[in-house]
Amino acid sequence: MRETTPREDLVRGIWRENPVLIQMLGLCPALAVTNTVANSLAMGIATFFVLCGSSVLVSLLKKAIPHEVRISTYILIIATFVTVADMTLEAVVPTIHKALGAFIALIVVNCMILGRQEAFASKRPVSRALIDAVGTGLGFTIALFLMGAVREILGSGTFLGASLFGPRFEPWVVFVLPAGGFLTLGFLLLGLSWWERRKRDRAEAA
Amino acid sequence: MSDDRTSQGPPTFPPRPEVSATRLVATLGLAGASAGLVLVVVFQATQPAIRRNKQAALDAAIAVVLNDPARVDTLYVRDGALSAEPPPDGKAPDRVWSGFDDDGRPVGFALVAGEPGFQDVVRLIFGYDPTSRTVLGMKVLESKETPGLGDKIEKDAAWVALFEGAEAPLVPVKAGGGTGDPREVDTITGATISSKAVIRIINHELERIGPLLERHRRGAGTADADAPEREETP
Repeated sequence: MRETTPREDLVRGIWRENPVLIQMLGLCPALAVTNTVANSLAMGIATFFVLCGSSVLVSLLKKAIPHEVRISTYILIIATFVTVADMTLEAVVPTIHKALGAFIALIVVNCMILGRQEAFASKRPVSRALIDAVGTGLGFTIALFLMGAVREILGSGTFLGASLFGPRFEPWVVFVLPAGGFLTLGFLLLGLSWWERRKRDRAEAA
Repeated sequence: MSDDRTSQGPPTFPPRPEVSATRLVATLGLAGASAGLVLVVVFQATQPAIRRNKQAALDAAIAVVLNDPARVDTLYVRDGALSAEPPPDGKAPDRVWSGFDDDGRPVGFALVAGEPGFQDVVRLIFGYDPTSRTVLGMKVLESKETPGLGDKIEKDAAWVALFEGAEAPLVPVKAGGGTGDPREVDTITGATISSKAVIRIINHELERIGPLLERHRRGAGTADADAPEREETP
């Protein structure tokens, strides 16, 4: 594994290796809860905290956890953080907790989180693990926000609940339905790869 | 990661030493025990707030569906009648709430009921006046109906307002297809199943508990004889 600078660790997760848009990880929440911007942000932030917490703990305990039982231990750590986040959200912001429903518990099986523990946090010092978790968590939140914005604007004609187009707007309802999640993700990926390709072609031409 | 041992550059890992079974079991046991401890502590710490939130949400919903009553009494369904005493062993007692206005006159009852909607069980609370047999208001407490469609039963204020003053039993009609009958409630285009479910839940709950409410109101009316005929407040 190549040595990386802290800045690389931070930026990598946000853009070049964005968990949703590039690595295609954590797609279940990215498709399921992004029908409004508020839900997307809440899901992103909850995942962010679970990722940071688990990465720090896994990095701290990396010497103490035998290789053979590492996955079970990581899952246990992640599940504990998720349950704590679940209860805290329910106690502090009950409305958001209600909106996210069962999806909070499903953060446990978000493979993006386990992936960061196995690929990064378990091999690096705590500070780097935290930086990597912050970057990846931000990247995840940004991707969810993009999807939530597209789906809410087209599917409900609102942004964060505020009406954008007035009463004459006929919402494009498919975008808030599950099919709209797949469509939005597909078009986002299409746009992204078109943009990447154009950039590469220009670099080659230059 | 096994590549790292042979490939170029740091960091390299020495061959992994044998780990005894005892250590594996101890690690997992310790991790499980610590996780359990953390969860118990957090549960104890958050539970009072969670319970308070739930109670506050319920109180607020009762106030909404009974148009801000001055006083609310909790009544329990016991042996086919309403009683102020909770049943002795009831863990989740069947409750209704009776609201009173500033002059102590009964406003109506708030009832909680739930039945399957389109995605999952819809739980709602509604206010009901057994004297005039009208619904006073409706509020969805819990639903997982489709965002943008089915969730209009919760978010479409104009539709929710249709329940105020509607007479029981409610009759679902296609939006715009009503005949002016006070029992009619429009269904929502694109959310027919969810909106019909709301109407069905109210009707079923009134079938079940409406007679008890009327009996209770008559009983209370004799005890509270000086209470004049209730006037409708919008």
